[in-house]
Amino acid sequence: MSEQEGPTARSVKGARSMSEVTLTVNGVTHTVDVDPVTPLLYVLRNDLGLKGPRFGCGLGQCGACTVIIDGVATRSCMTRIARVQGAITTLEGLAKDGELHPVQQAWIDEQVPQCGFCQNGQILTAKALLDQNPNPTDTEIREGMSGALCRCMTYYRIQAAIKRVVGVMASGQSASVEEGVK
Amino acid sequence: MTIFTSIPKKLEEVLEARAPLASRRDFLKTSGLIVVSVGAVAASVSPLVSAVGGNGAEGQGTGPYPDPDFRQLDSWIVIHGDNTATFYVGKTDCGQGTGTAFRQMMADELDIGYDSTSLVMGSTDVTPDQGGSGGSDAIQRDGWPMRRVAAEARRVLLELASERLGAPVEELLVNEAVVTLKANPSRQVTYADLIGGQRFDVSLMGRNVNETTGVAEVKPVEALRIVGQSPMRYDIPPKVDGSLTWAVDMTLPGMVHARNIKPPIAGGRLRSVDESSVENLPGFIRVVRKGNYLAVVCEREEQAITAARRLKADWEKPSSAPFPTSEELFSYMRAATPTSKFEPDPTGDPEAALAGAATVIEAEYDVPFQGHTAFGPAHALADPSDGQMTIYSNDMKSYGMRVGIAEFLGMPRDRVRVVWMEGPQAYGRTAADDAGFEAAFLAKEIGRPVRLQWMRDEETAWDTKGTAFTFALRGGLDVQGNLVAFEYNAQAADHNHVGYNEVETVLVSQLMGTRLETPNSGRAATPSAMYTIPNLREATQVVSLPMVWETPLRTGNLRDPNGPQVTFASESFIDELAAAGNVDPVAFRLGLLTASTDDDSGFKRARSIAVIRAAAEAYGWDTRPSPKARGEGIVVSGRGIAYAYRSETVVAEIAEVEVNRDTGHVWVKRLVCAHDCGLVINPEGLRRTIECGMLHSLSRTLHEEVQFDNEKVTSVNWRSHPSLLHADTPAVIDVVLVNGDPNPGRSDLPPYGAGETVCKPLIAAVANAIFDATGVRLRRIPFRDERVLAELTAGAV
Repeated sequence: MSEQEGPTARSVKGARSMSEVTLTVNGVTHTVDVDPVTPLLYVLRNDLGLKGPRFGCGLGQCGACTVIIDGVATRSCMTRIARVQGAITTLEGLAKDGELHPVQQAWIDEQVPQCGFCQNGQILTAKALLDQNPNPTDTEIREGMSGALCRCMTYYRIQAAIKRVVGVMASGQSASVEEGVK
Repeated sequence: MTIFTSIPKKLEEVLEARAPLASRRDFLKTSGLIVVSVGAVAASVSPLVSAVGGNGAEGQGTGPYPDPDFRQLDSWIVIHGDNTATFYVGKTDCGQGTGTAFRQMMADELDIGYDSTSLVMGSTDVTPDQGGSGGSDAIQRDGWPMRRVAAEARRVLLELASERLGAPVEELLVNEAVVTLKANPSRQVTYADLIGGQRFDVSLMGRNVNETTGVAEVKPVEALRIVGQSPMRYDIPPKVDGSLTWAVDMTLPGMVHARNIKPPIAGGRLRSVDESSVENLPGFIRVVRKGNYLAVVCEREEQAITAARRLKADWEKPSSAPFPTSEELFSYMRAATPTSKFEPDPTGDPEAALAGAATVIEAEYDVPFQGHTAFGPAHALADPSDGQMTIYSNDMKSYGMRVGIAEFLGMPRDRVRVVWMEGPQAYGRTAADDAGFEAAFLAKEIGRPVRLQWMRDEETAWDTKGTAFTFALRGGLDVQGNLVAFEYNAQAADHNHVGYNEVETVLVSQLMGTRLETPNSGRAATPSAMYTIPNLREATQVVSLPMVWETPLRTGNLRDPNGPQVTFASESFIDELAAAGNVDPVAFRLGLLTASTDDDSGFKRARSIAVIRAAAEAYGWDTRPSPKARGEGIVVSGRGIAYAYRSETVVAEIAEVEVNRDTGHVWVKRLVCAHDCGLVINPEGLRRTIECGMLHSLSRTLHEEVQFDNEKVTSVNWRSHPSLLHADTPAVIDVVLVNGDPNPGRSDLPPYGAGETVCKPLIAAVANAIFDATGVRLRRIPFRDERVLAELTAGAV
């Protein structure tokens, strides 16, 4: 029943030593003083004040907590802070020089979210997918995204937005607003 | 403009410091245009005055959060010095874009550009109580007072402009918040010039918030310019770039973290708690216990999670099983003595008609409990400072939560406020929100701001459930294949259905021992179709599981409560009857709809016919009976239709499926929805809401079922309560907005609700398509691979 265990279940009972951990998040280096078995998610949210990654299941099943570590979409709820190696990118770090990442722009143009709570995981999973495979087939999109759940069921528009990004990147043009609300 | 991402400010903070212009107020009075003749029903003081003086209403004293007065124009609209406007409405937007639609409607009536407006929603101290959201009636019901108050503001502004420009109102034009003299367009004055940063001080009328009105009339539909357009949702960019502060993100100085410990066995009684099991853990603050409610509070979030999992507590098993197992559920329900029954007089004589029918068929359908299983577990932050209580919450019914928490804590209502913020999908789960109550209780106990969040296993096991149903149906056809009799019997496991944040119905107070004297009776609904059937009986009854209180199987409103279950049975059985008569499913339904010509004021029968025809046309429906001749391939395909209405909104949906005969896997390859909700405010927003609503029902069709043993719910995460995946998404979804008014004397239908209606027919449309593809009738959801394969095997497919 490892799923039911707490994040620090394997550590010894009682007070544990805090330790300093250095993280690079969205290009900025931070040092935090936490229990080294703390999941990355809580450090990002509660120590660094980031709002993109969020708790959905704590089990790595839904994708809400997704961050990108060295190009790999990673579940921060299951990643102990002491084991993090590499640069972390969160939803807040996708935009560059005030310009949204093409995936984010496609999400707006396609008007993807309903409640939007899962979209951190959707956007970052899509970004990592497209970085690895810039021209995925429909099947590759459906399979590559399947670990990211949405309970408002915006899947149809998410997949349309990913295809929109593929089209935009192929043509080198930016998607127009009008296309988003056809 | 987006100001909703921060805590909404009170009117005093929004307005400029200057006092209202005395001359303007005098002018309005002397011109006879200010509405002061509201007599006994009018509030005699503005919300600003009542903040210090009180108005004598129940629960209103000297607290900091008096009820915003819906009979004051200032409670709804503020014109700023930069010629923009902020609208204040007592609704919440759960992600369907109602906030954008409200802005469109109000901007249209006010004659101001959409982009020059912003909207504040659902915070109980600054927005009038319109109940929050629920029932898909935001546009249908609540949009009207919003439009009327915006129209009234426009009327008052034109009167002010008339005085300023020295010309009668009839000689003025208004566009984009600028009033111009028709004869001399160079003479103009802006709304900001007239009233920017100041109060209107105009009273409104109406016995209740839904009737709120001034004397101005709303515009005819032909004059609406922003309604019917599709401005993009203002809430999407901050949700996509990570800048939005959600309720789950709220922090306060000194805030601590809490987690609940639920009974390991439903109905368990908490005998004792061993605090020594956690008191040495880092960050530990306190164990809080009252009755069977148990929580632990720590400095940091991960510390609270660990402490909650480590806390040793002794729970006494209940003396008898709280419920049957999920495998035994339907046989238990069929044998149970009903707690309530509803059996209206039948139409005609169904018994005699069935006895004389050429063909009689019978069928039973089953729907298990299904979870809300919100994507993010329940959460809230409560701040107990200075003798007040503020709850930051995503509760869709923030007003009910405020009243419930005030009663729960024994605090005057005007010392309690709920600040609504965005959260994970609501769909009825947050109509009875436990986390806000729990956070407020703990904050009061601890004396510090408490942020509480449920864990995934807790949310999936203990959230409110969609009602389980069993159905028994009989139908008779005459020799020509006409439907002559229909008998519908529904049983719902819905006894003690939870309410809307009432103290007695939230789980935390049940765990503390609170009981309603009489449990809510619950409900089992009847089909929503405009069919004319000469001999018809529709009987419903509610049954109870053994455990009534403190149960994880407490039923709540899950998106269109009862609709998907009932329509699965009724529209599947209509399909069975069509097949028994060897009639095309579309033709069979149209025959039942055209058998009569009487209609209601919303032309629901005529519009039902229209949506079925529109769906069939959009799909390219070929007229033939089901099932079709089955192919020999491993994957076989078919199509099915179903139809329903909800309130005045009518929809028809067609599903095209592929069924894998080797694995039982069903893929819904294409969906078509023809949708008529009258006047459409934002067509693109509506399309997405329709798509997502259908897919939510598709998830319930294919995947969702709450499973439990004799002691506890065993569905505790996304593996044991699975949900629709990307891989399940249809390749094509076609939405046809019909919105036809068959009355040539009217230019439009009023706007009706959208959202929940599309959840109704989807399950039956898929079941009917599977029957068309395979000849096998599935009468129990979810259609998981193993169940479908077993049925295919039994049917020798």
